[in-house]
Amino acid sequence: MTSLIDVDAAMRDMAEKLKLLCAERNIDKPALVGIHTGGVWVARRLQSLLGWDGPVGELDISFYRDDFTRIGLNPKVKASSLPFETEGRDVVLVDDVIMSGRTIRAAMNELFDFGRPASILLVALMDVGGRDLPIQPDVVGASRRLQSNQRVKLLGPDPLAVELREKTGSS
Amino acid sequence: MPRIDDELSPLQLNRFQQLRHFLTIEGLSRKHLTDILDTADTFIEVGSRSIKKVPLLRGKTVANLFFEASTRTRTTFELAAKRLSADVLNINITTSATSKGESLSDMLRNLEAMAVDMFVVRHAQSGAPHFIAKSVTPRVSVINAGDGRHAHPTQAMLDMLTIRQHKHKFEGLKVAIVGDILHSRVARSQIQALNLLGAEEVRVIAPDTLLPPYIDQFGVKVFSSMKEGMRDVDVVIMLRLQKERMEGALLPSEQEFFRLYGLSQDKLALAKPDAIVMHPGPINRGVEIESAVADGPQSVILNQVTNGIAVRMAVMSMAMSGQIAELTADEEVA
Repeated sequence: MTSLIDVDAAMRDMAEKLKLLCAERNIDKPALVGIHTGGVWVARRLQSLLGWDGPVGELDISFYRDDFTRIGLNPKVKASSLPFETEGRDVVLVDDVIMSGRTIRAAMNELFDFGRPASILLVALMDVGGRDLPIQPDVVGASRRLQSNQRVKLLGPDPLAVELREKTGSS
Repeated sequence: MPRIDDELSPLQLNRFQQLRHFLTIEGLSRKHLTDILDTADTFIEVGSRSIKKVPLLRGKTVANLFFEASTRTRTTFELAAKRLSADVLNINITTSATSKGESLSDMLRNLEAMAVDMFVVRHAQSGAPHFIAKSVTPRVSVINAGDGRHAHPTQAMLDMLTIRQHKHKFEGLKVAIVGDILHSRVARSQIQALNLLGAEEVRVIAPDTLLPPYIDQFGVKVFSSMKEGMRDVDVVIMLRLQKERMEGALLPSEQEFFRLYGLSQDKLALAKPDAIVMHPGPINRGVEIESAVADGPQSVILNQVTNGIAVRMAVMSMAMSGQIAELTADEEVA
């Protein structure tokens, strides 16, 4: 299968941009947190490229989705796991694809229930536009505009590849 | 897409076979029970956060209708609803309008008119939550918090979650349920859940006077002696002696009961060395179980209490989800 983007090149570019951004903001050893499932894969790859150590936090935002009253509970919900303190810490929040911004809003709400981070940097492998909320990532691997019937899905964890699919439901 | 089949769906499932109310273990599938346990597992972590809340049921209202007193069960249901961010009404039935002559159905209609989304019902009469579930509007889910001698499904599920945490699977497990089986809605639900989840052997250990008739048809092995029944079990579930339900001379004395059926360290030694000890609470120390065992290393009684909140959060969110799926489907048809 051909990936929509060159994930390896995008990841190397993201790692470089993130390193520069952290240096610029005097952020040392931030906590890496990925959003289930693709965001965790991307966060782990970033960690390896940057040579950072420590565990990668995992967030499942199912309990924080704002569409529960329309679609109910995600039947495949997984427990979130943040095996470190986030209170007062700089956090790098990582997702695979950013579109409406609702997932990121939910993830930030959840993060604050674990403690108050000093700052949050947002990293996304792909930005496909279509924002409903004023949320912009600080670091992006690649940007593509999609047609209304299209969506993208990250396949992984090894190798990582982005697949273009026809849209079947709400994201 | 799930198959739409109204006629085959029992009362507590919606047309997609999702949980809609939670009334009994009976009629549910192994997958339903496993889904409840898996969802409860994900809620356990919420209790360890700095803010022990998720916004899942924000804007929903849960009414605890306790027609029979129970501080512990009501408290865990209340905490579960609050940790899901729901608003909670605790209706004290003894001082409510029903004691002033208002009928139950009038009271329910009033609560529905106040846009309550979920009733948690505890009732001394078996079948009361079923009766209520049959009569409520499609915008209300009903959770059984214990009815008569019939069922206490959330207690059974928190017990199953506790067993799974310690034993990791149900296959190959021998489980002994000890004590007042006759009056126990908990035992009835536990037996159904254990059999459905694939436990190898479910044993009941009790004097004849505290066994319901035809107990052998429930898929259990019956023992009247602790010495025989406890041998090689992986899990020991002690039941509370329901003093308030004892009519006539079902027991010679509490001391005699403890001597024959109470869990002492000697009797526990007959079980497997890594057997776990459970009790639904509140404990009558020195009657069903001695303190050294209740507070000992094999006791998981306090884990049961913690798991009670997670299981009730799971059941509430799943029933609400089933309600939403049903309403959405109805709107699409209309």
